[in-house]
Amino acid sequence: MGIFDYFRQPRQKSATVAKERLQIIVARERAARSGPDYLPEMRDELLQVIRKYVQVDEDAVQMNLDRDGNCEVLELNITLPDESS
Amino acid sequence: MARIVVITSGKGGVGKTTTSAAVATGLAQRGYKTAVLDFDVGLRNLDLIMGCERRVVYDFVNVINGDANLKQALIRDKRVEDLYILPASQTRDKEALTQEGVERVLNELAEDFDYIICDSPAGIESGALMAAYFADEAIVVTNPEVSSVRDSDRILGILASKTRQVEAGGDPIPGRLLLTRYSAERVDRGEMLSIEDVGEILAIDLLGVVPESQSVLNASNAGQPVILDEESDAGQAYQDAVDRFLGEERPLRFVEVPKKGFFGRLFGG
Repeated sequence: MGIFDYFRQPRQKSATVAKERLQIIVARERAARSGPDYLPEMRDELLQVIRKYVQVDEDAVQMNLDRDGNCEVLELNITLPDESS
Repeated sequence: MARIVVITSGKGGVGKTTTSAAVATGLAQRGYKTAVLDFDVGLRNLDLIMGCERRVVYDFVNVINGDANLKQALIRDKRVEDLYILPASQTRDKEALTQEGVERVLNELAEDFDYIICDSPAGIESGALMAAYFADEAIVVTNPEVSSVRDSDRILGILASKTRQVEAGGDPIPGRLLLTRYSAERVDRGEMLSIEDVGEILAIDLLGVVPESQSVLNASNAGQPVILDEESDAGQAYQDAVDRFLGEERPLRFVEVPKKGFFGRLFGG
């Protein structure tokens, strides 16, 4: 740091941004890796069942597996299409 | 019985081959009989880095197919005793390295080598999986840069599940991090991930830090493993890493910005 640096706008260092982005993506990818192998297939089958009744997009079914101590929580999110459309 | 070490990274261009050449040479310099194997079928490069490209007669795939025996294919290094190179094939058939074939070659090498260094190709295709499958331990080469760190994490996931040892019901093989192309100045300015940042994200032991250095390009230009350049920072950093690999304690070097004088501090850098 020289004296000229004191006149510069303080802004977030790029390495800090890099670290934060990495922590998020790596955590997400690890969670996907550690999940059971049947998850993607189950998601596809659920999608097919839902589509028998409502026409939804490919990405309408979101699944999330969280671990909390000994407890595993499977979170299922289905986005239904807008009634009016 | 030889110890099999895979040098891997996921991402290309981070220094796998430079590291394979350096580590193999360093081990041979310390008296261990070492073979370094290029698993990058179709994109052979270890021979160039080791400076033996004009001495290649037979390659890895020739040995697997029985066109040549190991003795004929192994290239003996002219600088360091007890150092041998097995070049990759230039065939375009990526599936040429069969699991049985690789296992046969490794078993034969294991009979009279101390270390077998497997230089993995980039990516997570069959060549990379094959290089890792039989390994007893791994060196994960990473640059302090987002895509390299992410790919290293991916590779660590593969190492945790897709090795012979794990499939036989054993523990995942130990893997250590070698951070390359590190610039203490840029870390100091907040422009580059630090050793601590990368260590925190990947959560594996640190084997060494190799600074960004002109000597690496000079060494590859000349076909000399950079570890032989004892004057250079990168060469010394690799020597330290090899010592640590063998269980010695070595302090990290070239990871701090040299202290500036009064005027340097006043006017910045």
